Amino acid sequence: MCGRGGRIEEEWQKDMEGKTLILSGRMRLSRAEHKEIVRWTEKLRPTRQCMKILKDRFPSHSQSTLLSIFSLEYQKRIKRTFSRHHVPDVIESYYQRYLSEAKAQPTAPVLLELANEVDLSPALMARIILDRFLQGQDGGMPSKSVLNSMLKEPSLIPDQILANNVYQCTINDCCYGPLVDCIKHAIGHEHEVLLREKLKEKNLSFLDENHLRTMGYDKTPDIILEVPVAVEGHIVHWIESKASFGDDQSHRTYLNEQFWSYWNRFGPGLVIYWYGFIGELDCQRDRGILLKDCFPTDIVTLCHATQQDRSPESQNKDKE
Amino acid sequence: MAALLESLLSQKVDIIKVVDWLKSAGDEEKLSISELGLTVHKEEFVPFLLNFLREQSSQALTHGPATPAKTPSRPRPAAQTQVFSERRGCKSASGGSGTRGASRVQLFSPSSVSPGPEGSHCLSQLNFNNLEEFPPVGSSPISPAASKPTRRINPTPVSAERPHSKPKTCFTSTPFSKPSSPLSGVEPLEGSMTGGNSLSLQEERELLKREKTKRAQQVGSPQPSSLEPCTPTKTVLKTGSKVTPEHQTTCPEPSKVTFSLELDLLVELYSTCISENLVPNIFLELFFVMQLLTSRSPHTHDDEQESLCAAHSHSGVQLVHNCVYFAVKVLENQFQLVAHLDKCTLRLLAENERVASFSPHLRDRLTQAQDKSTAKVTELYLSTFIHSVPFQPDTDNRSNFSSDKAFHIFKKQRDIFYEVLREWEDFHKEPGWSFDTALGNRIRGMMSQMTSAGNHSHFARLFLKQLIQMCKGPRVNSTSGDTPDADLLGMLGAEGLGRLKRLEERLIQPHGVVGPCPPPSFPGYQEFFRDFLQAASCCQLNQHLQDSLCQQLLQLDEVSILSPPASICEREEEEEEDGDMEQQDEKQRFSSVLLLARLLAKFLGFISFLPYQTSEKPSREIQDTAIALRSKSVPVLDVCAVLRNSMRRRRTILTVPWLVEFLSMLDFIGPLLLCYRTTLGTLLLLYRRLVLGRCEEMCYLNKLLMVSVLGWLFQINPSFFIHSGEFRKLLAAFVSGSTAKSGGIIRKITPTSAELKDTPAAHRSQQKLQVDLEQAFFHNQPPSLRRTVEFVAERVGSNAVKHMKATLVNELVGRGEKMLRDGLGSPNSNPSKLNDSICAQLCDAGLEALARATRYKSLFYKCPAVLATSENITKRLATEKACSWLSANITGN
Repeated sequence: MCGRGGRIEEEWQKDMEGKTLILSGRMRLSRAEHKEIVRWTEKLRPTRQCMKILKDRFPSHSQSTLLSIFSLEYQKRIKRTFSRHHVPDVIESYYQRYLSEAKAQPTAPVLLELANEVDLSPALMARIILDRFLQGQDGGMPSKSVLNSMLKEPSLIPDQILANNVYQCTINDCCYGPLVDCIKHAIGHEHEVLLREKLKEKNLSFLDENHLRTMGYDKTPDIILEVPVAVEGHIVHWIESKASFGDDQSHRTYLNEQFWSYWNRFGPGLVIYWYGFIGELDCQRDRGILLKDCFPTDIVTLCHATQQDRSPESQNKDKE
Repeated sequence: MAALLESLLSQKVDIIKVVDWLKSAGDEEKLSISELGLTVHKEEFVPFLLNFLREQSSQALTHGPATPAKTPSRPRPAAQTQVFSERRGCKSASGGSGTRGASRVQLFSPSSVSPGPEGSHCLSQLNFNNLEEFPPVGSSPISPAASKPTRRINPTPVSAERPHSKPKTCFTSTPFSKPSSPLSGVEPLEGSMTGGNSLSLQEERELLKREKTKRAQQVGSPQPSSLEPCTPTKTVLKTGSKVTPEHQTTCPEPSKVTFSLELDLLVELYSTCISENLVPNIFLELFFVMQLLTSRSPHTHDDEQESLCAAHSHSGVQLVHNCVYFAVKVLENQFQLVAHLDKCTLRLLAENERVASFSPHLRDRLTQAQDKSTAKVTELYLSTFIHSVPFQPDTDNRSNFSSDKAFHIFKKQRDIFYEVLREWEDFHKEPGWSFDTALGNRIRGMMSQMTSAGNHSHFARLFLKQLIQMCKGPRVNSTSGDTPDADLLGMLGAEGLGRLKRLEERLIQPHGVVGPCPPPSFPGYQEFFRDFLQAASCCQLNQHLQDSLCQQLLQLDEVSILSPPASICEREEEEEEDGDMEQQDEKQRFSSVLLLARLLAKFLGFISFLPYQTSEKPSREIQDTAIALRSKSVPVLDVCAVLRNSMRRRRTILTVPWLVEFLSMLDFIGPLLLCYRTTLGTLLLLYRRLVLGRCEEMCYLNKLLMVSVLGWLFQINPSFFIHSGEFRKLLAAFVSGSTAKSGGIIRKITPTSAELKDTPAAHRSQQKLQVDLEQAFFHNQPPSLRRTVEFVAERVGSNAVKHMKATLVNELVGRGEKMLRDGLGSPNSNPSKLNDSICAQLCDAGLEALARATRYKSLFYKCPAVLATSENITKRLATEKACSWLSANITGN
């Protein structure tokens, strides 16, 4: 499944530390800890500088976790405020400001600055302005596909200065935009691959989403184990990989739209929030939904007394 | 009636004569004693006796406000009346007769199967050879009161004859003088004996009011200490610390028993009634006896009681000695029945000080029986995890639906169904929560969507599968520890009797809910499914469910039963035969089938009679119209044919229990319809022929099962609770026979308890996890895989046993003999070592056979992991099977 804004953070980590992803720090947070982080994100913009502030403020937490939390919170903020920006005369005023400022400073990232100033996602600001620009050119409403393709590939935009501004907005937004969508998709996929590799490593036989779809399943978790295992004493039939942080709102949505549906069809299962989750949410274990922030180490498989060759690792693993 | 008892007690009439008469199978319904000019009818005498015993002992079981918690526990006629007036007596066979609902008296009069005088021909419609056992209505004079029962046991005959005879009061030291007492209302039982019917009714109403108030008070302020019965060694501390001296009770002593001769006579009469199946419900009687055993002397301090007790001098004190004496004697007499109770109860009885002091011999026998008792529910290793119904592409993917839309809608409906179920789990116990308010609209919305998509059959299948998953097991259907079952299982240790007492009170307490189905009939999760159907009220869904339930039931009813050897009856007494391996499996399979059939039948009955349920009994005219109307349409299930067929094929042990569940759901009119009337009549005949003590073709436990289900049906009353708890234990005993290792219905894939007994807790939880994993494995696989695995395991296991019998055992016997001869003194040659070595050899042999068997299977299953797991489970099952045969048959030598 797609992560909710994970990749950018990872990229940042690469930028800043010059090495690949290290998942360090604590990822299972208490609700209070989460609240504290959320409180800090309120004033931040989706910029590198802001992310640095957050990271410095909470050094004991994994960066990916912090950035994922920020991403979720920022999306909530934008959802809350977007309608304020998306009004014809407000759009018109943004457009006029852009035109005058771009004229004055053709090379400056005026659109990005404007977005940060009015606290709107830069990528969304770019979309609004581009939309207005195209309307002014043809007189009619531009089609969504044209709009999307230009956002994806700014060189298609007839106006060079606008193309530059749109590009700056897109690459400087860690929460919205075609680049982020692409990264999210990739990171989600990456974790699914990681999960499959881990399962193969453990010699656990499974069906993945694609298998399940061809068999006509109406709901498909990432993984269905052909032979169930027990994790920390709980039976697991399916595994869902989430390359994001599990906060109250997203977990509630996932429960209703996915996890319970899986339980309803395949029995108890495991959700891995690779970027951590609010610990209190892991309260449905006895009801068949187990949360983890990594691939579990305590896996018990069926071993038979008549079968003398049980694998030692599956025999008695310590609980973490 | 009373005259006969009087003459018996005064030894004017020989007890043997009366006992023989009671035992005579029906051909002598009347007993004439010429010297006294008496003619007595059995169906009058038995209820009279039962009633007499209850009245005589009522004081010990009921005393006033100081021991309030005990009050509801009495099987007092007054309390029963309340129950019957609130509940629809029509559910029982006798429902049609009388105007005030069921009366146990009527159960034993032939009129009970007929709706009234004009229906009296109904019995003659039954093609039974021994009709003379059941004289048609009218051939015996039934007192007018029988048609107007005011209580479970009709006491009227007593009052009619009382002036002429004064029965000795064996439980009290002085004769009754209540009628003259100004406080006659306090003890309406005695009052009613002399007073007229109208008076007694009035009194009963008074009593009812009082009982209700008392109960309300009890709920508000529980007094656990006052619930403790007098079991001296165990409660000394408690009585000393918690109970005020006034409340202290007398400890019964054998030396203080009076009228022991008369009591002995009563014991003999009463026991004969129980043994001869003349009582409507043996468990109710057993319960009554237990009550007597735990009875307490009334105190003499309450103002209200003062004048009353003054007249009795020390009657109360006297009473307890006699009650306990009587109870212990009856228990001795009914030992065969008692010995079939579960271990817990047996232990409680064996540890009961009163039993010990009144009959050390009985105590010893109980202790022995306890060791042998197999009536236990081994539930520890049952998987308690609640599963969903797995999605099976074969039946659930797009190709099974008429359109994309239907497929999509069903996807949502499955999720809503579970959402509703989870919400119910979370909230239904909270005060003020109402199923319909909370979930009704969501369910109805779902139904209307279903109708537009035509998905009813899919949903019906999901619904039934989930019902079976959650409610089929003997244990799974209780949601938490507050069910009678849990209590019964938890009745351990020193507090046992007190808890028994409390339990008993809860059991006997009438439930005030008036609904189409009283809550206790749908325990645990069953309640959810019932409420769901009621809230949905979707006729399409109900029709699909009916179709499916009928089909499944008839299929289950056809399941082949390997009848146990004819000698089971004698063998059963020995309690040590372990049966053949196949026979054990057969018992488990049978138990599983029986439990499932009963569950399905209950729901089929519920759905089928739902449209006809009314909260009030309809008037006579409405009844007649309804009968005329409904007799034209075909009933959902041809119960007559099913029962007839089952009797012909001697399969009643399977059919009757589920039919009883089905019939217990009948509406008021139902029993009056010819098809159900005939069936109920046939069942009644069947019931009366089942005399427990007699060793016939049917084994004791089978009979016990039948007697208890039928007894329940004929008398759906508060004792229902006793059944639902006791019943499962019975079932467990019944199915496991004398195998100690019964593990419930899914034992087939659980490790044997023998293996688990001595293992440490951590290891045990590991083993439980393994059991759960195996269950889980099959959960998402097609059912055919499980069947295959079980089949192969079965074949391989039994082949292994054959192989062992032929080779290993022979060899072993030879070796064993040699070893014995060689060194009797050598303690090393113990049987368990031998056993171990055989097991080791067996495993090798078994594995070889398995290698061959699995090659066949690999043709069918492509996935290597699934195949490997199936193979391993098969191996384990087969080995376990063979090992259990070994330990059962070899170690014993």
